[in-house]
Amino acid sequence: MQKALVIDPGKCTGCKQCEMACSYEKDNEFNVAKSRIRVFEFHEDGKFVPYTCTQCAEAWCQQACPVNAITTDAASGVKLVHDNLCVGCKVCTIACPFGTVNYNSTTGKVIKCDLCFGEPACEAACPTDAITYQDIDQTGFDKMKMWAKQSADGAEPSGPNPPVAH
Amino acid sequence: MGWHRKILRINLSKGTVDVEPLNMEWAQQYLGQRGLASKYLINEIDPKVDPLSPDNKMIFATGPLTGTAASTGGRYSVITKGPLTNAIACSNSGGYWGAEFKFAGWDMLILEGKAEKPVYLTIMDDKVELHDASEIWGTTVWHTDDWIKTKHQDPMMHIAAIGVSGEKEVLYSAIVNDLHRAAGRSGVGAVMGSKNLKAIAVRGTQGVAVKDGKTFLKATMDGKKVLAENAVTGQGLPTYGTQVLMNVINEAGAMPTRNHRDVQFEGSHDISAEAMHEPRKTDGKKNLLTNQACFGCTIACGRISKIDENHFSVKNKPEYWHASGGLEYEAAWALGSNTGIDDLEALTYVNFICNEQGMDPISFGATVSAAMELYDLGLLTTEHTGGIELKFGSAEALVKCVELTGKAEGFGKELGMGSLRLCTKYGRPDLSMTVKGQEFPAYDSRGIQGMGLTYATSNRGACHLRSYTVSSEILGIPEKTDPLATEGKPALVKAFQDATAAVDSAGICVFTTFAWTLEDIAPQVDAACEGGWTPDRMMEVGERIWNMERMFNMQAGFTGKDDNLPPRLLSEPAKTGPAEGRVNGLEKMLPEYYQLRGWTADGVPTNETLSRLAV
Repeated sequence: MQKALVIDPGKCTGCKQCEMACSYEKDNEFNVAKSRIRVFEFHEDGKFVPYTCTQCAEAWCQQACPVNAITTDAASGVKLVHDNLCVGCKVCTIACPFGTVNYNSTTGKVIKCDLCFGEPACEAACPTDAITYQDIDQTGFDKMKMWAKQSADGAEPSGPNPPVAH
Repeated sequence: MGWHRKILRINLSKGTVDVEPLNMEWAQQYLGQRGLASKYLINEIDPKVDPLSPDNKMIFATGPLTGTAASTGGRYSVITKGPLTNAIACSNSGGYWGAEFKFAGWDMLILEGKAEKPVYLTIMDDKVELHDASEIWGTTVWHTDDWIKTKHQDPMMHIAAIGVSGEKEVLYSAIVNDLHRAAGRSGVGAVMGSKNLKAIAVRGTQGVAVKDGKTFLKATMDGKKVLAENAVTGQGLPTYGTQVLMNVINEAGAMPTRNHRDVQFEGSHDISAEAMHEPRKTDGKKNLLTNQACFGCTIACGRISKIDENHFSVKNKPEYWHASGGLEYEAAWALGSNTGIDDLEALTYVNFICNEQGMDPISFGATVSAAMELYDLGLLTTEHTGGIELKFGSAEALVKCVELTGKAEGFGKELGMGSLRLCTKYGRPDLSMTVKGQEFPAYDSRGIQGMGLTYATSNRGACHLRSYTVSSEILGIPEKTDPLATEGKPALVKAFQDATAAVDSAGICVFTTFAWTLEDIAPQVDAACEGGWTPDRMMEVGERIWNMERMFNMQAGFTGKDDNLPPRLLSEPAKTGPAEGRVNGLEKMLPEYYQLRGWTADGVPTNETLSRLAV
C-alpha cells in the first residue's frame, strides 16, 4: 500500500518543527532554508500552511530531467533524485508546477521530498497532527468522516431498520 | 556545537563590521543569551553610562538551543543598559528572528556607537551591510517590515525593527520582530532609536548543528512529550493563551485594577480568554482567530485576533481589519483592568498599535493608568492632556493616548516618559506603580506575596519574568504555596530567580517551565553543546548571572534602598477578595532574602559570595 503526506492547514501553528526535522534528517543539522517542506504564513488571514511535493503520478520534474536523474520508486511511488546523476541544471525546478523541487547551492544538486523512505520525519515531528501519513487512496478519509459526523449529528440512532420492499 | 562560535561586532559610528570568536570560556560560565551577553556588556560599558548615549552598547544574543528542534528553541534577548530604569535591561523575544539570525551563522551581535544618519542593517549569512534608512525613518514597524522585504526582493527575511516611538525615545519602546513578537520591556527600542538604527533584517542558510544528534533528538522528544501531556502547556496555553490567567488571578484578588487602587476588576470577564472565544454581540464573529507558535514551539500560546470592523477604534480604517497579534494576559491587564476598561475590541486595537509602533503594552498601559489617577485627583487636566478626558474606564481616551504616544506627539510625549517620571512631574511620585522606574506587570503583590519580593529585587525593575512565583503560589507548580503567606518566599524567589536566569540563557522560552524543570532542560542543553550541563550546574550559572547583574546595578548607582515597593502596596490594604485587609509584607521577606543570597544587610553581595560564584 502506498502512503501520502496529508496536510491539514487548519491544525498548523507555524512552529516549523517539520522544517527542522526535514533538514536534520537529510543534512544532520537544523536548517530550515534547506528543508523540503516549508510552512507558509498568511499573517493577515491568521493561516499557516505546510507545503511539499505530492509525488505526482506523472511527474513533470521527472519528464523534464534531461539526464534521467529522477526515477520512480515502484513500491512507494516516490520520485527520487539521484545525486550521482543530477547535473544541477534546474530544469526540473522550472517544470514543477508546484515549486516543490528546489536547487541546493551547497551541493549543486536539486532536492525534493522523498517521504524519508517511508518514515517521514516531518510527520513524526508535527506536534498538532497537521501533517499525517495515510493510505494514498484514502487521503480524504478524515474529511469524509468529519462531514459524515455532521450529517449524523442531530439524527437519533434509528434502531433496527426493517428492509424496504421495492 | 550548538554554537557557531562567531560574534558580529558593528560600530555604527564608524560603519565597521568585525567578526570575533565567541568567548567559549565565558560560555561555560554563563551558558549563553542572557548570561553570556550580560557578561560581554558589563565587561565593555561603564555602568554609569547614559543609556541613550553612543557609549551604551546593545547586544542581540542567542542561546545554545536557539535554532534547534528543542521546543521553543527560537529565542533571542536584547541586552543593554535600559533608559527606563538605568539598570541592566534584558528583553527576551520569540517569533522567528532569533533562529534566523543563528542560521545566518552568528551567535551574537554587538552594536556600538551611533550612526550619523538613520540606517538599517541586513545580515544575509556572511554578507553584512548597513543601508540608508531615510525612506523608512518615521514609519511604523509594520511598514518597515514590508518595505525592506520588497526592497531586497526577499520575503523570507525576518526583521526586528523599531517604530516611531523608538526613534523618538519613548522610554518603554520595544523592538518588534516578525510584526508582533517583541523584546518588550525596559525601553530597549529607545536604545536602538538612539543609535539611529531602524531595523535588522536577517536571513540564514547555515544551519545549526548539535554536539550529539542522537541524544539530542531523544532529549528534545522527551521534552516535547512532557509539554504535550501537561495541563498548562498542553491544554491551557494553546487554547486560551496566557489569558487563561485573567479569571484565575481576578478570583485570587491579585489583579491590579485602576492603578492598583483595587485588586479585582468587575469587567474581567469581558476582556478574558473566554470572551476572546465567544462570538461578539456586534457582528457574531469571534475576536480570536487562531493560535500561533513561535519558532520551534510546541505549546503555541500566541493569539491571532481580528477586530470588529465597525468598532469605533478601527471604523473607516481598513488597514486594521486584518488579523494580527492579539491580547496576551499582560497586555489585556495593563490596557484593560488597570485602566478600568472592559472593551475587548478597543484593547485589541491598542495592542495592535503597540506592536505597530513598537511599545511595551505593560508600561504603556500602566503609565496611562497612573495618568488616569492623576486626572481623577485633578492634578492632570484637559489642559495638560490636550483635551483628552482621561477618565478610568474610557476606551476613547486610551485609544487617543496610544495613537499619540506611538508617535510621541502632544500629550503622548508626557506618557512616553513612563509612570515614574510622569507622576514625579505632577507631584505624586508615590502614585507611580513601579520599581526602579519600571511598571508592574499583572499581579498585585498584596494578593501574591512572593511577587512583592520578586518585583522589589528584580534586576531590571518590576517584572514577572525574573521569578514567576505565581506558578507556585497560584498554580501549584512545582508545589503549592500559600499566596498570602510570606514564610518561605525568600527561598522560593531565590530559586525561581536563579533557575529562570539559566532558562533565559539557554535559548528557550520560560513558559516551558510550567511543565519542565531543569531536569528536563539540562539534558537538552548538554546534548547540544559542550559543558557537561547538569541541573546543578545550570542553577549555579543562574546564581552567577543574578549576582553579576546585581553588581552592575550597584555600580550604576542602585543600592538596597531601591529594593522597594510603592507605598500603596505596603500601606493601603487590599479592599476585596481573599487578600482583603492585607498589604505586602516585603519587610518580612527582604532580610531573609539577602541572607540566603549571601549579601549584607544592605543588600550588597559579599566578597565571599562573589568569589564563591567567580563573578
